Amino acid sequence: MTGALQATSRPRLPRGVRLKHDKVRGEWLLLAPERVIKTNGVARAVLERCTGELTLRDIIAGLVRDFEAPEARIEADVRALLMSLAEKRLLDF
Amino acid sequence: MTMTPPAPVGLLAELTHRCPLGCPYCSNPLALEGREGELATGEWKRVFSEAAALGVLQVHLSGGEPLSRRDLTEIVRHCASLGLYTNLITSGIGMNASLVKALAEAGLDHVQLSIQDADAASADKIAGYAGAFAKKQEVAALVTAEGFPLTVNAVIHRANAARAGAMLDLAVALGARRVEIAHVQYYGWAVANRGQLMPDRAAAAAAVAEVEQKKRELAGIIVVDHVIPDYHARLPKACMGGWGRRTLNITPTGKGLPCHAAETLKHLTFWNVRDASLSDIWYQSPGFNAYRGTAWMNETCRSCERRDIDHGGCRCQALALAGDAAATDPVCHKSPDHARLADILAAETQTEPAPYHYRRVAARGSA
Ligand code: SF4
Ligand code: SF4
Repeated sequence: MTGALQATSRPRLPRGVRLKHDKVRGEWLLLAPERVIKTNGVARAVLERCTGELTLRDIIAGLVRDFEAPEARIEADVRALLMSLAEKRLLDF
Repeated sequence: MTMTPPAPVGLLAELTHRCPLGCPYCSNPLALEGREGELATGEWKRVFSEAAALGVLQVHLSGGEPLSRRDLTEIVRHCASLGLYTNLITSGIGMNASLVKALAEAGLDHVQLSIQDADAASADKIAGYAGAFAKKQEVAALVTAEGFPLTVNAVIHRANAARAGAMLDLAVALGARRVEIAHVQYYGWAVANRGQLMPDRAAAAAAVAEVEQKKRELAGIIVVDHVIPDYHARLPKACMGGWGRRTLNITPTGKGLPCHAAETLKHLTFWNVRDASLSDIWYQSPGFNAYRGTAWMNETCRSCERRDIDHGGCRCQALALAGDAAATDPVCHKSPDHARLADILAAETQTEPAPYHYRRVAARGSA
């Protein structure tokens, strides 16, 4: 983690952190060192976009379109999720 | 009332007991298995295939030293092909540049590297292996250069408690994103070395405070997972997240255990992957069902509001310290045996420590 998350930051899941669909439990999970984190539909949509190619601004715009939700709320949710992962060193940007 | 337990999340595969190091706190049993009895490559592959089908998400490739197995890369590739998250738990001894590349190409997800101390001479003495400290620096550099996420594991005890904070700094310097720093847990070889390992109350408390302080300072740089010393606590840990609830352990010869120390519970029967499916071991075997739920608990735990939080603590510790595996973990202040912990602590930390009983293959007490 280096400083604050900017609109132009390009968040990405580092190696060793990946999404997986678990057939046995029927859910999408984020697998990380010594951790398994459950994800809901929105979190999964955010994390699938964290490839290091899209900027935070692009990610939010895409979600606003797909989920037909107010931008301010999406932005708050996305930032909260990404910062909590970055604090755990599970996201780079 | 019996309820179906949840599917297991993790599998600890003790691929071998062979290891070049001799750490006196090793959690492996005193009676170490030789190479002859180890599961063959094909048997391990079957175990991992069954694990994936059962719902296991993460496999921890451990030992002993897993690099002692020539087929490690093949095993990793098989696990990766099943979508399993693969975590290599290694001392680093036996690693080299081409093996790091081969493991990366096979799909390994994460590396956990142990360190013994922040001081080179002390680290080599604890490991019982000259040059171990320097070798680990090299291995950390190879692993991070390859792009692997790295966790550093450190165990705190009498000889290094004063450098608990320095070990966290070393983990940062080695390029780790995460460090697990734990006070010794007294299973396996650590029991035989309890007097050599146990820090006194003041030293343990100082190390705990230093780690907590540095954990805050290093937030965002490295994640610190800190396990505090049992013998100084008032409440037990939820051992393994509860008996047979989250993970299982397969020994080098194929025995399925709820935890790596569970073989000390001699009254239980554990099944072997050579005779039974992993699913039957998890759901049907008497060893796994022995301490599931709350029916086995004594009244102190069964009537306690924490019974679904810590599940009565650790069964192996209850047996070792209270003489009954179904007793309340003596770490708990409600245990009638809790006071004895203070006696053990006082007795063990009074005298100058004896030389280590290094973990060696036929070595019980033969240092
Ligand atoms: S009495 Fe049993 S359940 Fe309650 S805190 Fe102690 S060990 Fe845990
Ligand atoms: S309760 Fe026993 S079996 Fe479970 S982890 Fe603890 S030591 Fe192991």
